Amino acid sequence: MADAAAAGGGAGHDEDVTRRDFLYIATGAFGVVGTAIALWPFVDSMNPSADTLALSTIEVDISGVEEGQSITVKWRGKPVFIRRRTQDEISEAESVALTELPDPQADEDRVQKAEWLIMVGVCTHLGCIPLGQKASDKKGDFGGWFCPCHGSHYDTSGRIRKGPAPENLPVPQYTFLDDTTVRIG
Amino acid sequence: MSNGNGQSGLVKWIDERLPVFTFMQHELNDYPTPKNLSYWWNFGSLAGFVLVVMIVTGIMLAMNYTPHVDYAFDSVERIMRDVNYGWLLRYIHMNGGSMFFIVVYIHIFRGLYYGSYKSPRELLWMLGVIILILMMATAFMGYVLPWGQMSFWGATVITNLFSAIPLIGEDVVTWLWGGFAVENPTLNRFYSLHYLFPFLIVGVVVLHMVALHTTKSNNPLGIDAKGPQDTIPFHPYYTMKDYFGIGVFLIFFAGFVFFAPNFFGEPDNYIEADPLVTPPHIVPEWYFLPYYAILRAFTEDYFLYVPISWLMSAKLAGVIAMFGSIFVLFALPWLDTSPVRSARFRPIYKQFFWLFLINCFILGVVGAKAPDDQVFTWFEGFQYVHLGQITTAYYFFHFLILFPLLGKLERPKPIPKSISEPVLPGGGTVAAGAAAKPMEKA
Ligand code: HEM
Ligand code: FES
Repeated sequence: MADAAAAGGGAGHDEDVTRRDFLYIATGAFGVVGTAIALWPFVDSMNPSADTLALSTIEVDISGVEEGQSITVKWRGKPVFIRRRTQDEISEAESVALTELPDPQADEDRVQKAEWLIMVGVCTHLGCIPLGQKASDKKGDFGGWFCPCHGSHYDTSGRIRKGPAPENLPVPQYTFLDDTTVRIG
Repeated sequence: MSNGNGQSGLVKWIDERLPVFTFMQHELNDYPTPKNLSYWWNFGSLAGFVLVVMIVTGIMLAMNYTPHVDYAFDSVERIMRDVNYGWLLRYIHMNGGSMFFIVVYIHIFRGLYYGSYKSPRELLWMLGVIILILMMATAFMGYVLPWGQMSFWGATVITNLFSAIPLIGEDVVTWLWGGFAVENPTLNRFYSLHYLFPFLIVGVVVLHMVALHTTKSNNPLGIDAKGPQDTIPFHPYYTMKDYFGIGVFLIFFAGFVFFAPNFFGEPDNYIEADPLVTPPHIVPEWYFLPYYAILRAFTEDYFLYVPISWLMSAKLAGVIAMFGSIFVLFALPWLDTSPVRSARFRPIYKQFFWLFLINCFILGVVGAKAPDDQVFTWFEGFQYVHLGQITTAYYFFHFLILFPLLGKLERPKPIPKSISEPVLPGGGTVAAGAAAKPMEKA
């Protein structure tokens, strides 16, 4: 008799607990999801705003750039390197075997016109600006660009050859509007 | 004011409703402190003092500082030239950052030497590591505010570290910047957070103190106080000693502020930030140099990276190692298997401790040099990258291999029965049985 009562009471109690557990977990889960959703605007407010995003394009006059010279222009807050390469630099860039490259990419895939090398001048390691734009700059072991921050060497196609940077200097989207004007972006 | 009874009417009235006075009496006056603490135990209170100095000078600077890329540099120069005593506030704040790290690093090495991270002080130690991380974040963001060349390029390099994270790295960096490069949104958020973080530090310091007052201070012998004969009340003994320490420290601090205010700084930071020109040689503030050396020790072509080259890029490896060099401190209480706290009784650990300290200094030197500079003029081909790789390897060897092994292999020297024993015959009143336990978990 006492046993049965205890068992009955126990069972009833178990049932209660189960229902409560369900409500408890459901409420908890709802709360967590709700909080996560409520948090998103805070996180996203730190992403680039609409005015920052408004994609800018620039048009650059390259008529004054002689063979073997480079210019730097600012695009989206970053420097873009425009180099009019010499024949030597082009043939050197084209002759490298892809197997020698940490980030294999043929020179022809990096240029529209072999003479003009256009790329974002931001080291793919940690974002410094490599040297090599001026004639007097240190150009590294491969005659292209050299990043002084942690010693990355880029070749005459802007490809990474030595040092901590993992990737080649990125090539932005660009169009030649005519022989002397290029639009970047 | 003596314990409770001597309280005046008003104090008593308040204390019965909000026991702040009892609390202070208990934690600052009576707090039983081992009687054998050396001057190495001054650096905790010194750190607290510097934190207050940083907050006060920071709030004053904030009244004249403009967080905008077009005005930040000029507003700091205006503080230097036109604001009454602005130069003083800024030089105190600027050198105070360095002082903070000097004090905290000594405080940490004190802990390493005397085993203050061991049971039961694991959480106390881990809270300390959290404070260190918050301090580093605060100092890093503060350094960006004057918007000089080093501010800008330091910010660029360090935020770019996050691009090493697989898959989402680039998005994380854009999110941190609020744009596609370090620009005005970046400066704004760094200012906001630079203001916030010191107050988070205050919060963690409070927890650090709660943990300290629960486990009580360690001491140069690394054994527990066995009773009242081993302790003295905090006030007046250690309050006076701490004040004296602050006095000596202020002479040192003022020496820099008044006579060599730019000693720790970089001349390049007096050139306004130029996003198109990277300075030829980027160096972080001195207190980050060892980590910077660890970051740069991982390069495609050398031994440190080769064993893990199948797993990740050299860049990611460097970033993980750099953060790992700090996070490993969290695990230290469990990596060190020796039950003996103080290095005084650990003849072998003691030597490795000094080796580790020297190694940290060398890492600092490496961090300041260009990677392919020659270390010695007479040893052709040995560059700073190589030295950095050896010292980085030792850094991790010390924590991950040496600490676990030494505890097992080393034979500690006999440990005194109590703090009083070496100076008082019989060590006060400790029962022989209790004192005989050789390696009291103390
Ligand atoms: C943990 C405490 C703090 C540390 C370690 C710290 C560190 C720094 C550092 C290293 C700088 C760069 C100094 C320079 O080179 O010019 C700086 C600048 C600055 N800090 Fe702090 N800071 C702290 C607390 C605060 C607080 C609480 C505030 C404001 C309420 C503040 C406001 C400023 C301002 C306005 C600047 C820019 C002016 C300048 O560069 O001198 N700081 N901080
Ligand atoms: S940023 Fe160029 S090598 Fe590190």
